[in-house]
Formats: sequence, C-alpha cells, structure tokens
Amino acid sequence: MNELLNNILFLPERASTFAERVDHLHYFVVGVTMLMSFAVGTTAIFFFFRYRRRSDTQTTEYVVPSVKTEFLFVSLPLLFFLTWFVIGFRDFVFVSTPPKDSMDVYVMGKQWMWKFSYPEGPNGVNVLHVPANRPVRLLLTSRDVIHSFFVPSFRIKMDAVPGRYTQTWFEATKPGTYQILCTEYCGLSHSKMLGEVVVLSPEEWDAWVKEQRKGSLQNRQDALADLSLVPQPARMAEQGQKVAAEVGCFKCHTVNGEPHIGPTFLGMYGKQETLQDGLSLRVDEAYITQSMMDPGAHLAAGFPNVMPTFQGKLTGPQTAAIVEYIKTLRTPDIRTGASSQGPVYEPIQ
Amino acid sequence: MSPSSSIAAEPGAVPAPDEHHEHHPSYLVDGTTVKSWLLTLDHKRIGVMYLIWVLLFFLIGGIYALIVRLELLTPGPTIIDAMTYNRAFTMHGVVMIFLFMIPAIPGAFGNFMLPLMLGAKDVAFPKLNLASLYLLLSGAVIAIWGMINGGMDTGWTFYTPYSTHTTTTVAPILFGAFIIGFSSIATGLNFIVTTHTMRAPGITWFKMPLFVWAMYATACIQVLATPVLGLVLLLVVGENIFHFGIFDPARGGDPVLFQHLFWFYSHPAVYIMVLPSFGVMSEVVATYSRKNIFGYRAVAFSSLGIAFVGFFAWGHHMFVSGQSTFNAGVFAVLTMLVGVFTAIKVFNWVGTVYKGAVDFKTPFAYFCGFLYFTVFGGMTGVAFATASLDVPWHDTYFVVAHFHFIMVGATIMAFMAALHYWFPKMFGKTYHEGWGLVSAALIILGFNATFIPQFLLGNAGMPRRYYEYPERFQTLNVASTAGASLLAFGFIISAIYLVYALVYGQRASANPWHSRGYEWLTASPPPTHNFVGPQPTYTEEPHLYVGPEKSEVPDAV
Repeated sequence: MNELLNNILFLPERASTFAERVDHLHYFVVGVTMLMSFAVGTTAIFFFFRYRRRSDTQTTEYVVPSVKTEFLFVSLPLLFFLTWFVIGFRDFVFVSTPPKDSMDVYVMGKQWMWKFSYPEGPNGVNVLHVPANRPVRLLLTSRDVIHSFFVPSFRIKMDAVPGRYTQTWFEATKPGTYQILCTEYCGLSHSKMLGEVVVLSPEEWDAWVKEQRKGSLQNRQDALADLSLVPQPARMAEQGQKVAAEVGCFKCHTVNGEPHIGPTFLGMYGKQETLQDGLSLRVDEAYITQSMMDPGAHLAAGFPNVMPTFQGKLTGPQTAAIVEYIKTLRTPDIRTGASSQGPVYEPIQ
Repeated sequence: MSPSSSIAAEPGAVPAPDEHHEHHPSYLVDGTTVKSWLLTLDHKRIGVMYLIWVLLFFLIGGIYALIVRLELLTPGPTIIDAMTYNRAFTMHGVVMIFLFMIPAIPGAFGNFMLPLMLGAKDVAFPKLNLASLYLLLSGAVIAIWGMINGGMDTGWTFYTPYSTHTTTTVAPILFGAFIIGFSSIATGLNFIVTTHTMRAPGITWFKMPLFVWAMYATACIQVLATPVLGLVLLLVVGENIFHFGIFDPARGGDPVLFQHLFWFYSHPAVYIMVLPSFGVMSEVVATYSRKNIFGYRAVAFSSLGIAFVGFFAWGHHMFVSGQSTFNAGVFAVLTMLVGVFTAIKVFNWVGTVYKGAVDFKTPFAYFCGFLYFTVFGGMTGVAFATASLDVPWHDTYFVVAHFHFIMVGATIMAFMAALHYWFPKMFGKTYHEGWGLVSAALIILGFNATFIPQFLLGNAGMPRRYYEYPERFQTLNVASTAGASLLAFGFIISAIYLVYALVYGQRASANPWHSRGYEWLTASPPPTHNFVGPQPTYTEEPHLYVGPEKSEVPDAV
C-alpha cells in the first residue's frame, strides 16, 4: 500500500525514521486535498447543469446562507487544517530535536560542494559516511552564501547559513547510498552541488572507521587541504585550542572554572546560562557561534559587554574548531548529561 | 474638491469638447491625439494603457518562461548555458511578479471599474493615477535596461548574501523594482481614498460590489507592505555596491534578516496578486449565474481577513532557515487562517451558483478553472504550512507548482475572465464566444499539464532553479514543457481573436451579459465623465437579480 502510494506520488525511497512520519501525513494531506478539490469540483459541475439558464429573462431567488451554513464553511476547513497542524508540528519538533546520543558531523557548504568532518577524525568532500540505525546530528554552516542540505530519501532539509550554525538530524534505517542536493539557489553551479550519504551497516562502519585510523583516506583528503573543513592534521578540538590561543580568547576566558572578564569555558557547553535580561538558554553550538559573531546579542548575566566581534576574523573551520574545543571542556556532571559522541579515532601519527 | 473639476482644470489633458457635449462621446473617441492618451487623467484611459503595458510584460515574462521550460527538456544543457538560464528564470520571476501579476488587475481593471462601480467620475487623485502608471513604466525601463546590460542571476527572491556578492548587474533591476513599488503604493492609496470618499449616494460600505471590497483590501496591503520591500531592496543595492554589511555575515550582518524583511512584503504580496482575482471572480460568478452572492458579507470580510492575517504568515518561508521551532509553530497556525478565509470564499462562490441561472460563457469557463486552481493551490499552501511536510518540499518543484497554481493560475484565470467579461464594457465590441471557450479550455488544460508534473517533481525531490538535473526527473520535465507549449498556444489563440474583435468585432450593447453590476449602468464604452446626467444613486444591494431587469441604460455612442 505504502509502496503503491509512493509510486503514484513519485516519492523517493524511504530511508530514515523521519521519512515514515512525513509520508503518512503526506498521504493524509494529499488525500484530503484531492477529496476536497473533487467535492468542490463535482458540486460546482452539478450546479452548472442543474441550474443552467433556461431563458434570457430568467430571474433567480434571493438565497442567503444561514448562520449554520457559514459556521460549517469556517469550521470544516479549520478542523482539517488544525489536525494537519497538530500532527505536522509534532513531527517538526521531532526532526528539530536531535537525540542526546547523536553522533555529530560538521557540514559546510561552499560553492559548490559539501564538506563533512567528524569532530575527532577525518573529513571528506561530497561523501558523508554514517552508520545505520544510529542518530546523526548535522551541524551546518556555509563559507559563502546560503546553501540548503537536502536528502530526499531521509526527507530532511536544513539551510547552511554563513556566520551561524544550524542543525538537523536523521537516523538512517537501511544501508545504501542516498543523494544529497542543494536546494537553496547558490549561483552558477547550484545544480551541480550534489553529494551522497553512504549509510553503512555496523560491520562496514567499524571497518570504515578502522580504515580511517590508518589515515589512508586522510592522506587523500590532504590533497584538498586548502578546501577542507578541519585544519590539518590535528584533531578538531586541539586545533580549536590553538586557534583560541591565537585570536586571544584566553585573555578573557579561563578554562579552569574561574570566571574572568568573560565566563569560563569549563562546563560552558550544555549548561543553562542566565542572561543579562533575566532569560536563560541552553549553551549549544548555535549560542557559542553567535557569541563569537555577535557577542552582545545574548549577554551572560554578570559580565560586561566588552567582547569584540569575531565576524569575518574567524573562518568557518576555525569557528567549528573552537566550538568543538569548548565542547571538550566539561565538568563530570555535565559530561553525563548532554553528550555528543562522534566516532573516536586515534590520533594520526 | 470634486475630481471632475480637477479634470476640467487640467488644460489640454482632456479637451473640453463643447461641440460634442450633447453627444457624450465615449472615452475612446473623446480626443484622439497621442497626447490626449499619454497625458490623460481619465481613469478609463489610464486603465487601458495599463492593460496594454501589462500584456506586453506578460508576453516578455512568458517568453522567458518558455526559454526556461525548453532548457529543462533534457537533463543536461539544452539550448542555453547555465548563466543564461539563471538570468532567464530570474527575469521570468521579476517580470511576471512585479510587472504583470501585481499591477495587472488593479492597474487595468481596478482603474477602469472602481470609479464606475462606485458611481464616481474618476479616482480621487487622477494625476497621481497617471503618475503611478509612469512610475511603473520607468521602473520597468530601468529593470529591462539592467536585463539587457548584464542581467541578474539571483532569482526573484534576491536572497543575500548571494545577491550582495554576485558579479551580475543587481543594482538597476532592484532599483527598477524599488520604483515599481512606488507605483503600487500610489495606486493603493488612490483606491483607498476613492473608496472612502467618492461613493455615490446610496452606496454604503455593504452595498459596494465585491470587486471594490477586494481592491480595497489589496490597496491596504499595498500601502502597508510595499515600503518594507522598497527599503530592503535599497539596502541590498547599497550592500552590493558599497558593502554596507547589513546582510553580509563577513561584516557582522545577518542574511536571515533579509529573509524576514523580504517575506514581510513578499508574502502579503501574494495576496496583492490573488485578492483582486477573488474580486473579479465574485463579479463573474454573480453575473453568469444571475444570482446574488451567497454570503456577501462573508466574502467581503474574508478579503479583509486575508489582508490582515497575510501579514503574520511570512515565517512559513523560513521553516528550514534555522529559526526557532516555536516560531515555526506560530507561523504554521497563522498561515492556516489564510486557508480558512479562502475556503469561506470558495464555498460561497459555489453557493452562489446554487439555484442560479448559469450561462456558460468564456468568463464562466475561467471561473471554473479558477475554482479548481484556488482549491488545489490553496490547499497545497496549507500543506506547506504543515511544518513537517514543508521540510522535504521546501525549495523543490512542489513549491514552484504550488505558487504557480495559486498565484499564477488564479490570477491568470481572473485576468482572462476580467478581460472577456469587461471587454464589451471597455471597448464596446464583442468577441467570438466559440474561440473564447476553446482557448479557455486550452489554457486550463495547458496549465494543468505544465504544473501537475511539477508537483510530482517536487515530491521526487527535484530542487527549484536547477539548470541540470539527475536523469530520473526527465519524464516529468518533458511533460511539463509539453504542457507549457499547450498553454502558450491557448494564449496565442486568445490574442488573435481578441485583437480581431477589437478591430472587426460587432458593436456590443450597453449590457450584453444582463449584469446587475453597477459598472453596467452606463454606456459601453462609457462616456468620458462616466455617466450622462447627474451622478446615479443606488438603493439596492449589489449583485441583486431578483425582479426584472431595468433597461434604462443608454446604448453606446
């Protein structure tokens, strides 16, 4: 049944946990739409014949709807639309909320390619390797213009916006290769900005990770060093520490838990931060990035608004590296809470 | 100040034809010099000039559309290179939206009919009316100059930071659109003031024809939203030339801010395009079913409702831009209200046919097409607002198909219906009914054949604005291009018989459809000052078909 409907609607193969939820609502919505169009259409056609003009001087009765009729006209569509909304929004919350045990992958769009990097490992261009049946969180950004990361088979899509991180996630359900397309117009070769997700079975995944540890793919990727997301060859977090030292983060931020001119980096990631205006938010990739680019936007309570912007001073990879570095500075109690586990690689010699 | 005195006070604009006064010549023959047309302050002549220009722009936009469709016939390069393709779809969008769909019905038919329907001698500000036509044309000239000298490849949405970085000629085209915006504001302002101050005795708010209600709601959106677009376009031009850094993240700007500002105008702009269509269709359905509108107040208020909630729905363009999940929920619900208001209209139109006396003429054929496009296009719009479904559909051909159905489908249906319905009123000639029905059928079929495959392409995952595409999408693309050819063929037929009718058509009687619309209470074509003798008064509600027709309408001169 699903197979048949998918064929009629030209839907691509379903390969993520989200795809099924989307498709079921899709059937419902398209079904209701077809039914309504048909009902309105046939009623209208019936009226055209039933009430066709019989003489040139024909007059008509004065007919107006009762309050009941008008109420029906409002409530019927409203009822259906709200049903769609409730299901749709529930599913949207699902796809907007990565599970806590997701594996992280950084994604960077650049005219005209997709670059992927694992926090503690290799990186790749246009090919994303992920294990099946494991939630993967994508942290997206762009180096130039807005791109949009779209995997039709997973039914997911998220814009990659320069200067900030957005996130989405998926859990692939079956091994295979799935196409990645860019859906936000990004210039001359927009339509050539294709990539693929390679979903591996657990055994293949382990083998692939081992292969990466040998560094053979790493070396191949090194040929693309100037294009790669992660500065070579150190791990992302280590690189982040270096960048943070170079650009002067440690003049104001400590890593031992003591507040200085700015809040300490230790335990910053994942904590509930109280802001100057009394509100609070959870410190995540988006907040850390924003604080680098627009420090005054959400100021942590108790600290002066003195930090300069690093907009245009840090490249996408450097920003990602600093974020990744801050994520490693965790106190034990936070470490057990929100965690983000990437595949762990041994350092490459 | 009465508008008629302002006309008379303008020397040379409308020659005071004392010697013809007793004949009350129609506006078409009252002054035949080129100057008497180009400098006219008569809303009817301005309406006709709008009509000519928007038809020309429609032709230009249509040619671009066919170039785009032909290019997409094969997966790889077909007739043009990638850069030319990117410019072509940008120009297709810019021309069709800013130069055709937004000004078409308000400019041509709104200008012509609004004062007639209100029993007024002209719009409130005739000079401003003429100025808004010339603002539109100057904007068009600047934009088209930019197209010829380089062109722009950003898509009509001008998303930053692409539009601030591209090396193509962004500035003249955006500046053209900025000027066109002023034309839109001026027209809207004129209609609001006309509706408020120039209704003839007896026309209370609830005795206004529904076309006037729709134009009024449209005008409110034009006046409130267009300034935001003007502002954001200027900012983009500044950003592109002087690198302000408002939207450029490398300079501390925010690209998503552009999207908010842009859609704050451009989403309500969708209703600038479709609300006039709704107005036209209310007139058409009443006339050809010869019946009062089923729920007049519901239809009138739903126009205002759409105009109002239309301002709070822009966020549904940004479900996958990284905005908060909560925002997505709020915008999703608010967008659905637009669907509810539209549904009220649709049900009431169908209700109008109930117990009517249907005369299946060309405009009514377009009404049928319109009904279908509105229901299907509107409901796919609500489907988009369903946040989780928007995720895979966003920026794919499903969007393209959806907005062509609702914006283009509905607007074209209404435009063609209006053109046929008011053709005798405007030009005093009749066209060939048979050819009218044939071309209506071709256009409706062609439209479906063009855009239904695009819905499926969107489902299959083909992103919009693709120059090349994976081979699996080809069958549907070929179907769509074939449909576009059929569509073009339908329009060509229309153009031929309408031009023929204009030259050789039989003289129409004053009210060939036996309509009870107020605009038919004068000669066809109307005399320069709209009505012979004193301003008419109205006591009945509009669209009322009870009782025999009062045939005291003078025949055309």
